[in-house]
Amino acid sequence: MSLPDFAELLERLLFTPGRNGKLALLRQWFANQPDPDRGIGLAALAGELSLRTAKPALLRELIAERTDPTLFALSYDYVGDLAETIALLWPEDARSNAPPPGLAEVIETLETAPKAELPRIIAAWLDALDSGARLALIKLITGGLRVGASARLAKAGLAEWADVDLGEIEEVWHGVAPPYLTLFAWLEGQGPRPDPNGAPVFRPLMLAHPLEEADFAKLHAPDWRAEWKWDGIRVQLTAGPGGARLWSRSGEDISNTFPEILAAMRFHGVADGELLVMRDGPSGGEVAPFSDLQQRLNRKTVTARMLRDHPAHVRLYDLLFEGEADLRALPFDERRARLEAWFAREAPARMDLSPLISFATMEELAEIRAGTRAASIEGLMLKRGDSIYQPGRVKGPWWKWKRDPLNVDAVLMYAQRGHGKRSSFYSDYTFGLWRGDELVPIGKAYSGYTDAELAFLDKWIRDHTTARFGPVREVEKALVLEVEFDAAQYSPRHKSGVALRFPRIARIRRDKPAEEADRLETLEALIKR
Amino acid sequence: MPPHPETWLRVTPDGLFCEPGGFFVDPVRPVERAVITHGHSDHARPGHAHVLATKETLAIMRARMGEDRAGATQQAHPYGETLTINGVKLWLRPAGHVLGSAQVCLEWQGARAVISGDYKRRHDATCAPFEPERCDVFVTEATFALPVFTHPPAGQEIARLLRSVALFPERTHVIGCYALGKAQRLISLLREAGWDQPIPLHGALMKLCTLYEELGVQLGPLTQATVAGKERLAGAIVLAPPSAIADRWARRLAEPIPCLASGWMRVRQRARQGGVELPMVISDHADWPELLATCTEVEAQEVWVTHGREEALIHALAQRGIRGRALHLIGRGEGEEE
Repeated sequence: MSLPDFAELLERLLFTPGRNGKLALLRQWFANQPDPDRGIGLAALAGELSLRTAKPALLRELIAERTDPTLFALSYDYVGDLAETIALLWPEDARSNAPPPGLAEVIETLETAPKAELPRIIAAWLDALDSGARLALIKLITGGLRVGASARLAKAGLAEWADVDLGEIEEVWHGVAPPYLTLFAWLEGQGPRPDPNGAPVFRPLMLAHPLEEADFAKLHAPDWRAEWKWDGIRVQLTAGPGGARLWSRSGEDISNTFPEILAAMRFHGVADGELLVMRDGPSGGEVAPFSDLQQRLNRKTVTARMLRDHPAHVRLYDLLFEGEADLRALPFDERRARLEAWFAREAPARMDLSPLISFATMEELAEIRAGTRAASIEGLMLKRGDSIYQPGRVKGPWWKWKRDPLNVDAVLMYAQRGHGKRSSFYSDYTFGLWRGDELVPIGKAYSGYTDAELAFLDKWIRDHTTARFGPVREVEKALVLEVEFDAAQYSPRHKSGVALRFPRIARIRRDKPAEEADRLETLEALIKR
Repeated sequence: MPPHPETWLRVTPDGLFCEPGGFFVDPVRPVERAVITHGHSDHARPGHAHVLATKETLAIMRARMGEDRAGATQQAHPYGETLTINGVKLWLRPAGHVLGSAQVCLEWQGARAVISGDYKRRHDATCAPFEPERCDVFVTEATFALPVFTHPPAGQEIARLLRSVALFPERTHVIGCYALGKAQRLISLLREAGWDQPIPLHGALMKLCTLYEELGVQLGPLTQATVAGKERLAGAIVLAPPSAIADRWARRLAEPIPCLASGWMRVRQRARQGGVELPMVISDHADWPELLATCTEVEAQEVWVTHGREEALIHALAQRGIRGRALHLIGRGEGEEE
């Protein structure tokens, strides 16, 4: 019965907005499903199932043999999605009494069956399933589950079910393969810990907390080391005899997106750093704006032109392993010394060290931070000299101390209800600034407010709605919101021509009439040229 | 040769009019004489002078509209009994849609037309099952007249709900459903599945549930959701109108999971609108196979389609040698409210 069960899991994951709800569904899956099906489900969700997939054309042919073309066209037009149309239209009166195929059976057959046999096999499966399971099967064999559950979430569900640290799963992940029999055996105490066998492994990153004023007051300058906070993406570089990998902050393998970095990883060790786009400038390498790096992200193929115009670079700030030696239990100062010596020896191309900033007092450091905006730097990172490298967001040893945000007074224009716990509240806000006599939207925010402010906004929106577009309400242009953001940049994709980074609602300005909200020119003046 | 029904049963702006009998069926505006198939508001309108319907439908109309607006004179007519009005024979057959729902069967000079109103063919303990009546012209709804709409067995949908309740015992499952028919059918399906706990209801559903019980439909223990404390609603299955399940009213519930019971839930994009987390495909309308089977079973040479997706149904009927005709009645949308 596992394919219908898998279909129900997918369906619930798709419709469940909250992380906790999704984790509960995943835990139940791992607890109730037999091997190897539970592992195949895990692989499918984690995107690790490499199937010989069937082409949508094959399914189109199968349904064409079974339905009237006019009725198919009317149905497809109504449903809008080919896979779903086929799943719903598949004739029920031909339902066979054959038991529904198991997940494992489907996977194995797809791998081994001769290609000419596939249409007959797939049709027989579809005949044995109900519409929900038919949809799951079609999505599985055409290779696109899209249920809003990432690999990371699937592993988190696994960790919760087995009551181990997510880090433990990540450490062994690259030593196991679908259907993960050794992994499940280990998690259930029935087998040894799987050996990643020298294969490159992602180690969960140590993350910093934002520094609040109250925390700052407690800091004693000699205990702390400071670095610039770079505006790129956090990466981990893993290289050794088993191969090299570049990981994103969540453990996604992004090696193929940055081949020039991969080629430069000829060392043996694990390093932590910031991925940036850097170009030659008058005073050496200059960091390009984040939008340049965005051009390189999420691309499957990298063109020569991309490599030339948006060259990638890694600024290193920590060393987790030197060769096979695990340095994570050493204090930061010792790791830093090892990093500097290692870097001097290896001198990897396309990399440099994130320098330490010297300061004598916390006041001096505060002054340095005040100058970061002028220097186009996001802020500072503070790390305790004696901090060991602990995965996750541990409060205390590391702080991020961002530059002061910018802000504008904008007018609330549209609102939409949130998800999960916020599904009854209008909690997503679109706001705009004046351009001449017209308001143009500049961004959206769904955080920053208190519960009391959310309740006020929700009621205000309901009382001042002027139009509805599906889930969106347009409101009277009468409420001013103080919006904080880290930076503004030009964006051809927005009507206003401007996009904000990290916007949040700082305050509700009930005292301010909408006419006195800021003008678009004010925001444009804040864009760093 | 008997007169073709199109010569004596006509579409007017007020609705379907039986000329020799001098009465309308489900008229959209106040008229002198109305025959009403069932109590849903797009079929039963207030303000007619004379109303004929089953006694259950009349009771439902009075409960929804008030005593004085449900027809100046009300004539309760039981299923199966024939009445002759100006030479037109009239009798009612159960439609299986909601309590009291009836097909209006008319015969004049040997020609017979059956106006089915809304109907379904599935088991429903809260109303009498649909009875097919052989006729020359069958007037059908077409709410779910696309082959993608095949409703799964209702018991399967209820089982999925109960599995979810077992998985999230600390949360409230709140099912959005229409106050007349759907709510009572869901309660009855839950009882059949062994759910014997009190079912808390939104205030808007209480009146018709009470009426159903007075008319002899047993629903088991029901409570007002508004008076129960949040902790008492943990693990409960609560029923409410669709508009309430993801809105302010739902904040009184314990971390609610919004569920919606409707035939539209069959299509994902429809289901994903409005924040539904557990779609349940349970409908009080015939699905595609049932529409086709019914049109064939009554042996009509001609089928008139009142509202819904008539194009697909007329196409499919033509393939079966049945002539289809779209009536385009005013005042019936696409049957979005289910």
